[in-house]
Amino acid sequence: MTVNQISVFLENRTGQLADITAVLSENQIDLRAISMAETASYGVLRLIVDDPQKASAVLLEKGFIITMTPVEAVLVPDRPGGLSELLAAVSKADIGLEYMYSVIDRESSNAFMILKTGDNAKLAETLEKNGFRTV
Amino acid sequence: MERYYQPEIECASREQILSWQNERLVKQVRNVWDHVPYYRKKMEEKGVSPDDIKGVEDLHKLPFLTKDDLREAYPYGLLAKPLGDCVRIQSTSGTTGKRVVAFYTQHDLDLWEDCCARAIMAAGGTNEDVCHVCYGYGLFTGGPGLNGGSHRVGCLTLPMSSGNTERQLQFMVDLGSTILCCTPSYAAYLAESAIEHGVRDKLKLKAGIFGAEAWSEEMRQDIQNKLGIKAYDIYGLTEISGPGVSFECSEQTGMHINEDHFIAEIIDPNTGDVLPDGTKGELVFTSITKEAFPLLRYRTRDICVLTREKCSCGRTHVKMSKPMGRSDDMLIIKGVNVFPSQIETVLMEQGYPANYQIIVDRVNHSDTLEVQVEMTPERFSDNLGKITEMEKELVAALKAMLGIYAKVTLVAPKSITRSEGKAVRVIDKRKI
Ligand SMILES: [Zn+2]
Repeated sequence: MTVNQISVFLENRTGQLADITAVLSENQIDLRAISMAETASYGVLRLIVDDPQKASAVLLEKGFIITMTPVEAVLVPDRPGGLSELLAAVSKADIGLEYMYSVIDRESSNAFMILKTGDNAKLAETLEKNGFRTV
Repeated sequence: MERYYQPEIECASREQILSWQNERLVKQVRNVWDHVPYYRKKMEEKGVSPDDIKGVEDLHKLPFLTKDDLREAYPYGLLAKPLGDCVRIQSTSGTTGKRVVAFYTQHDLDLWEDCCARAIMAAGGTNEDVCHVCYGYGLFTGGPGLNGGSHRVGCLTLPMSSGNTERQLQFMVDLGSTILCCTPSYAAYLAESAIEHGVRDKLKLKAGIFGAEAWSEEMRQDIQNKLGIKAYDIYGLTEISGPGVSFECSEQTGMHINEDHFIAEIIDPNTGDVLPDGTKGELVFTSITKEAFPLLRYRTRDICVLTREKCSCGRTHVKMSKPMGRSDDMLIIKGVNVFPSQIETVLMEQGYPANYQIIVDRVNHSDTLEVQVEMTPERFSDNLGKITEMEKELVAALKAMLGIYAKVTLVAPKSITRSEGKAVRVIDKRKI
């Protein structure tokens, strides 16, 4: 399933990350996954939350710069080599992978991968065809 | 013992100096009127003719020239001699597209080198000395000026130019350099490097002539202690000739202006009124002996004080204090002139918000420039590579405009203080 990831511009200044998580928790927004891409001076914080609309509204209100990005959340098969099967399928379909990060679902203890590609429709189709579960 | 290169000029009576100035000024104004239409037009607009200028007391009647005039008249508009009579061009650093170029006849070069020779002899230089010049050579006037002065004094001249510190130290040790000419920050760096490399005790240096950037009395003490030398200040600007417009003597309480070539005035930068000696204001120079590029009443934008108190060195020429600041917002970074407006232009062209901050610092004796600019929603992307690319483009555009590297830092929106009234655009952390 395609989910809306929130990307936030972060200056490399201590406290900014804490500010963001505080804003989310104050507004009862559940943080499902978090990932950070950074250079020496700034970074892009990527968030998966239970209510992206509400989260983006409160972050905008606090003056953060954000953008919504559609990404794919895929269940990683719980067996040795599960992740490499998944990546092999994506690679075989010739889909360019921009980045990915993993997340563990608290309730089910299942491992998910968040995948960002240039072509979400093709990715979803490929995953389905190869029997991967998206969520 | 104080040494002079031209004692009959450097120690001339005040009456003699004034008489040279009167005679040369009258001649120069006539010359400029006849050969520089750009300035003649300025005089006409002010209703002044050469007949109104009978001596130094009439100088205030003449119109000012500024850096803007030099850019407007670029490249030949202020030239008073045919190009065939000119033998050299020098230029100020920085500001691509808007460079300032100055022209010299052989006579101009001779007088400029005389001025530098006076500075070298005031620092104790003789034909027994090895003069190590590590100012940059090229369009920058530092290297060529001191090089010429050193020849005139008869020093064995080492035209090292800047950079390659290990080679500098090796030559200093192997060839016994006794006089060091460079920027004060490079001198401080060389001093530390010499100590680090364990060659401090092998140096034969006795004096240093340091200029082209601001430095403090503390820095002087530091360099003097570390190198075991006496450190002399030297001042100048390409528009007027180059280094040697003024120089320090053994008293180290200000720089003697070579008044037989340049008339100095201090003005109120806001009204343009001439201020009495001892008052802080903007320094203005009139070149009375230059042939190719004779600027009249050129506003340096440097703020300083003139004093005519008798100097123990025996020289009679007026002394100027170290520049205490600028009457415009120009920054000198790594010896390059940088105006905040240039940075603003680049930001606007690249579509960044006008809210920015410039941070200048000095790290390991070298100036650093950082431009902080706020990220905008339009420019933000989930793709870090795109942001990095954007940052690189901005760095390249700034380099093209300024001629030096500026570190770009993208900061969170509204994180740059918007103050009421005048925005604090520049934070200069350099301890000078
Ligand atoms: Zn003196």
